[in-house]
Amino acid sequence: MTDQADRADHGAERTEGAEGEVGRSRLRKEDARLVTGQTNWTDNISVTGLLHLAFLRSPMAHARVERVDISAALERPGVVAAFTGRDLADALGSLPCAWPVTEDMVLPDHPPLALDEVRHAGDPVAVVVARDRYAAADALEAIEVDYAPLPPVLDLEAALAEDAPLVHADQGTNRAYDWPLRCGEPYERVRERADVVVRRRYVQQRLIPNAMEPRAVVVTPLAASGEYTVYSATQIPHILRIMLSVVCGVPEHKLRVIAPDVGGGFGSKLQVYGEEAVALALARRLGRPVKWTESRSEGYLATHHGRGMIQDVELAATREGRLLGLKVDLLADMGAYLMLVTPGIPVLGAFMYPAIYKMDSYEFDCTGVFTTRTPTDAYRGAGRPEATFAIERTMDELAAELGLDPVEVRRRNWIRHEEFPYDSIAGLTYDSGNYEAATDKALALFGYDELRAEQRERAERGDSVRLGIGVSTYTEMCGLAPSRVLRDLRYSAGGWEAASIRVLPTGKVEVVTGTSPHGQGHVTCWSQIAADVLGVPFEDVEVVHGDTLVAPQGMDTYGSRSLVVGGAAVHRAAEKVVDRARKVAAHLLEASEDDVEFKGGVFSVKGSPEARRTIQEVAFATFTSHDVPEGMEPTLNAGHVLDPENFSYPHGTHLCAVEVDTETGQTSIRSYVCVDDVGRVINPMIVEGQVHGGLAQGIAQALFEEAVYDTEGNLVSGTMADYLVPSAADLPEFTTDRTETPATSNPLGAKGVGEAGTIASTPAVVNAVVDALRPLGVTDVRMPCTPERVWEAVRAAGSGRPEPEEAAR
Amino acid sequence: MTHISVTVDGTAYEDEVEPRLLLVHYLRDRLGLTGTPVGCDTSNCGACTVELDGASVKSCTVLAVQADGGEVTTVQGLARGGVWTPLQRAFHERHALQCGYCTPGMIMAARDLLRENPHPTSDEVRKALEGNLCRCTGYQNIVRAVLAAAEEGEGAEESPAPGRRTASGQEVTA
Repeated sequence: MTDQADRADHGAERTEGAEGEVGRSRLRKEDARLVTGQTNWTDNISVTGLLHLAFLRSPMAHARVERVDISAALERPGVVAAFTGRDLADALGSLPCAWPVTEDMVLPDHPPLALDEVRHAGDPVAVVVARDRYAAADALEAIEVDYAPLPPVLDLEAALAEDAPLVHADQGTNRAYDWPLRCGEPYERVRERADVVVRRRYVQQRLIPNAMEPRAVVVTPLAASGEYTVYSATQIPHILRIMLSVVCGVPEHKLRVIAPDVGGGFGSKLQVYGEEAVALALARRLGRPVKWTESRSEGYLATHHGRGMIQDVELAATREGRLLGLKVDLLADMGAYLMLVTPGIPVLGAFMYPAIYKMDSYEFDCTGVFTTRTPTDAYRGAGRPEATFAIERTMDELAAELGLDPVEVRRRNWIRHEEFPYDSIAGLTYDSGNYEAATDKALALFGYDELRAEQRERAERGDSVRLGIGVSTYTEMCGLAPSRVLRDLRYSAGGWEAASIRVLPTGKVEVVTGTSPHGQGHVTCWSQIAADVLGVPFEDVEVVHGDTLVAPQGMDTYGSRSLVVGGAAVHRAAEKVVDRARKVAAHLLEASEDDVEFKGGVFSVKGSPEARRTIQEVAFATFTSHDVPEGMEPTLNAGHVLDPENFSYPHGTHLCAVEVDTETGQTSIRSYVCVDDVGRVINPMIVEGQVHGGLAQGIAQALFEEAVYDTEGNLVSGTMADYLVPSAADLPEFTTDRTETPATSNPLGAKGVGEAGTIASTPAVVNAVVDALRPLGVTDVRMPCTPERVWEAVRAAGSGRPEPEEAAR
Repeated sequence: MTHISVTVDGTAYEDEVEPRLLLVHYLRDRLGLTGTPVGCDTSNCGACTVELDGASVKSCTVLAVQADGGEVTTVQGLARGGVWTPLQRAFHERHALQCGYCTPGMIMAARDLLRENPHPTSDEVRKALEGNLCRCTGYQNIVRAVLAAAEEGEGAEESPAPGRRTASGQEVTA
């Protein structure tokens, strides 16, 4: 750290009652290189003899590839080689899907370079290798491809018709799988005794994740020994190593995968991409280092998308507003291929539709549908934002139906704090929470009653700019995950995380973690955790990650798992170090282990405080090993692999007030308040940052973003100029606060925070927009709630016409 | 090939470049000044923002030949003798970065704002940074950082003096 950092750190904020490092807003160790430009992004890497790759991609959504002629490209200046899919077919297997959600799931081949058919705009058909990135890009235009157009498959419902054109003709269907869940009483039975049934259809538009760093990969071969180092802008170096080994046939122990500085992911870098496999195959074939960096527009076609679902939701309730049952029918757009966890995304959501509510019946059915679009996969929240949106929007509809306040309807149904641990209708055990406390705090911060009064007053005087208030009381499951639960969900891997701690002879500490941060601040937070347990200064801890050689064991970073699994593993490993050190200290102090106390990095003998050894002294004594206990392995180093017993269930209450101009359709957020319960907090500053960023992405889904395809299957929102990633000018100030009920499933008491803001915020915003317009007769506005859509909804309601049904995209 | 001479972060360079070479690729691929990243191909994201002859530009939208005879400052040229500018400090202290990919451009754009308007309101900061996208922070802490740097007198700073340069281009061996 720089001296500036140290100085600034001095007055760092602490959580009330926090004594050690944990709970303190430590400034980040990661920042120094990032604010000075001394970064190590994958695209920064340059090596002698480096060759650059460029991919030729299909301009059509669906076509037979009848001919690919690369000969003219080879004549272009600077071009070293070029390959078609056929040329590399024997060097590349199918890209993997690790989540076959049902036994009979349809799993088509996914060649990294297309062979006979392209199935989405952007599907790659050829690759050029050249001396610089400009030469590689230039040569693409010299490749000739004959495409025979096939019909695009875009509408999720039409795709399931018997005579529908097929994305994968050899599979005979566009239906990837049907995944059912039945919980509690049969839904039909509770429906019969319901006073009210609310049925709604919601469309989760496709989103483009937009990590700020485009993807990139560099592969350096040591051809003589068949060893390869893969640098990739990835969230999952460890998983990538296994999968590239399988796809490319390079033995796992001959592959080293490094995730250098990685500029955001949000799920989009939780993937095994064709370009990574092709780069490895080409480094192997050519014996030369190769690099590929995507352009933003290329990434819009080639990096997986998120969401893309049609939700039919039905809620049965009594006239007092008590929920009886919930039925969800989901159509999920898989896109053209099943990638790493594509089919599992809706399944992750399946368990969250009942949210924080008690009910007697829950039925869920999901059908995965192939379309000729870019594959979908994990995007921040991954299934849970969709679930939360559906239930929280429908709860508002129920409130409207019954003439109840939306907060009151929730209150009548949520799990009360004294009922924890609570087995949800979907079969999860929510370990802890206090929905009343979070909601009461949020309502007070928001000024709920005052805003409702203003809303009434403005409505009465016919203000054309209407005030709307939206609420979202969410929970989510994160911290993937108990391996046995993943087994039951047919996921192909476990959910453990590894940490090891090395105490160096000088008393400095290296923490080796299997998590792979890309903006989350693990280096800082893991340092805080280790420093507290070991009693060493925060500055004396270094955290090593993101390289399969130096951090060989890991399951990487996604699903808000890093802290609650990986951070908890660091905690456990540090405890083991202390246990070992205690043995050495007792020996040196000639005391019984039971009489040795450890506090603040010092071992002392009960009753004789002068008899003491610091952990640093013990470390050096163990290093020399001149005098360690008889038979003891001479090391303090220890590791821990932690497989959690349960998921983590953050929750909270989000409130949004919007001003909707009924004449222009413009929505602006007037205030946004959220109170999140993420359990015990390691670093409040970082938690707040995670919440802010999560809110921005959730609000963006509500108001701004959509991957739009035309009827031919072209991505119309194909550049950053066409896809509205919100800027500072588009977003409001957020008011954030917390309640704290510790998680019981990990030693830190922490719950995941990475996705909570995104999961919670989208329905809060849309509920607010609809709340503003409901007196005009509007009952829904499809996301994103653009001025055009809002204006159209107002106009349709005013004319008594039904709201326009847009084709499901 | 066209001959250019350009001063970057206080060091003068002479080069033969293709007329179409983008300034950002010149900085990154020819000079090894990889502190300035590329985030898009439509000039929307602003990650590549640098200063050219006293004005902030998106270096993906400027040709290297347009910088001929000019003076460029990148994020790598801001700190002097290892001491950060108020903006760099404020970004660190206010947690205005997470992955950090947008940070160089964000700092360069904020620097431009504070030079023109040394004491902006938070709304003015938000509007001025409209051309710089961040996907991690939700912007709130970026706004806080820029306001804090204004308090620290970032905008009162003189025109850039030669700063410390760092060779970030990496040599990697397998």
